[in-house]
Amino acid sequence: MLNVQIRKQFRSNGAQPFVLDAVASFAAGFTVLFGPSGAGKSTLLDCIAGLQQPDSGEIHLGEKVFFDAASNLSLPPQRRELAYVFQSLALFPHLSVEQNIRYGLDKLAVSEQTERTSSIAKTFRIENFLYRRPAELSGGEKQRVALARALVTSPRVLLLDEPLTGLDSALRRSILEDLRAWNDSNRIPILYVTHNREEVDAIGERVVTLVNGRVQETGAPRAVLDAPRSVELAHATGFENVLPAIVVEHRPADGVMRVSLDHAACEIEIPLGDAAPGSEVRVAIRAGDILVATEPPHFLSARNILPGTIESLETRGTIVALRVKAGASFQVHVTPGAVRALDLSPGLLVWLVIKTHSCHLVR
Amino acid sequence: MNAEALLLSLRLAATVSILLLVLALPLAYGLAFSTWRGKFLVESVVALPLVLPPTVLGFYALVAMGPRGPLGKLWQSLFGHPLAFTFAGLVLASMLYSLPFAVQPLVASFESLDRRLLDASAVLGADRVRTFFRVILPLAWPGVLTALVLSFAHTLGEFGVVLMVGGNLPGITRTVSIDIYDRVQALDYAAAHQTALLLLLISFVVLSIVYGVNRRVWSPWPAK
Repeated sequence: MLNVQIRKQFRSNGAQPFVLDAVASFAAGFTVLFGPSGAGKSTLLDCIAGLQQPDSGEIHLGEKVFFDAASNLSLPPQRRELAYVFQSLALFPHLSVEQNIRYGLDKLAVSEQTERTSSIAKTFRIENFLYRRPAELSGGEKQRVALARALVTSPRVLLLDEPLTGLDSALRRSILEDLRAWNDSNRIPILYVTHNREEVDAIGERVVTLVNGRVQETGAPRAVLDAPRSVELAHATGFENVLPAIVVEHRPADGVMRVSLDHAACEIEIPLGDAAPGSEVRVAIRAGDILVATEPPHFLSARNILPGTIESLETRGTIVALRVKAGASFQVHVTPGAVRALDLSPGLLVWLVIKTHSCHLVR
Repeated sequence: MNAEALLLSLRLAATVSILLLVLALPLAYGLAFSTWRGKFLVESVVALPLVLPPTVLGFYALVAMGPRGPLGKLWQSLFGHPLAFTFAGLVLASMLYSLPFAVQPLVASFESLDRRLLDASAVLGADRVRTFFRVILPLAWPGVLTALVLSFAHTLGEFGVVLMVGGNLPGITRTVSIDIYDRVQALDYAAAHQTALLLLLISFVVLSIVYGVNRRVWSPWPAK
């Protein structure tokens, strides 16, 4: 178990200095560290690795103390026995793949080095290019090498800072599988920073969310990320619609409350939450959770049906983003097929259908 | 052409550039990576020879190396002979004179290194010495080469400092530039021209090497 309780303030020329103030525990296995960029995720990893010094607090791994401000103790990174894969990977460009992997093994006997290198090379399927330089590798190959170099040292903690960004999802899945296989036989705390939702779901044992330097929530990915409780997190987790709202009334018998969106432009029902009538809140809705109908829909369980007009369409790869004015302005994602089938175009009158449980109350 | 003077100059430049590299590597490391607040003072001292007239530098070097100067006295007690007007004295003064030409390229190349590589090395268990020899030095080699070559070329062409500290003793302190000066004074323009042209060619070749390497024309590994 890795326990972290640290505070670090950064001088800044702006009015408000950035403060990292994090308290968290990381058990063996994967923990996803999730948060918008600039939330302090990399700084937190740097503090755990010993590359940056917190101002106060403590970090320890079981009995082993990494950092303790009270007794003025800070173990240098060399002696923390952890592995850290940076976002930039930081492979040594002047060394071959094999030399990169051996770099952290210099205190072992040569035979042991060779054995470990070939075993990790097999696990991460990089045997075929051990003698190439990093510049001669593809993105996915580099990422495998960086993981192998980190894991060959048998670390007691593994820090991964967006190690798989820029890879297509098939390649990402295959590397994640290798990583998961490695983890099954080496149960250590693995902190995995990402803001890719797909990676969170693929790894997903636990999520710790970090917003503005503070740990906000801890829990299972679905519980934390599907119902974000802060605006920053709602944006970071891909909630395209985060609308200002005022609670109109509670209906405990129905398990819902009515809120008026965007300065009384329209009213919808959302799950009953801990906001009193009259209070100002925000409601987060995924663009992909909103249905579009070209005729008034009937016989639906969905409670929120809002008439509106399409203002614009924008194709982004496999989705079409609609901007619909239905009182408030909503972003709605549909498929290009749906656009063709329903003949969606700007100016068309449509009905938006939103399930009550697709609406999330945000602080 | 005076071969004796040319050989002396080459010997001086080679000795100075190698000794200077040994001195400049730790100095540049400190300047590039230290977070000490008084660092700018050291930076200023290192850059002084760039702006001081060589005669000023040579004058103080001479005073320090003279029989009553601190350096001269120390040298006399250690080796039993004076320091001023000797080859060793010339080497010391030249090292001072060429110091910025060795330190500044090294600092620049150390500072341009990706800090994450140094972090990676530390996390992988390497101490500072190992990181320096396995990561910093191999990646900063264009800077090392530049430092060597620039301090070599700069020492080869120095005049004022040599004149102040070394005087004009054939085979001991009469370098190429002093020799050229002497020839011109004696109105032997043909001999002066021969030596001057050679010096010009050497300097051009040496600088071409530096700029060529820094443009990575002959880089041994492909560009990132």
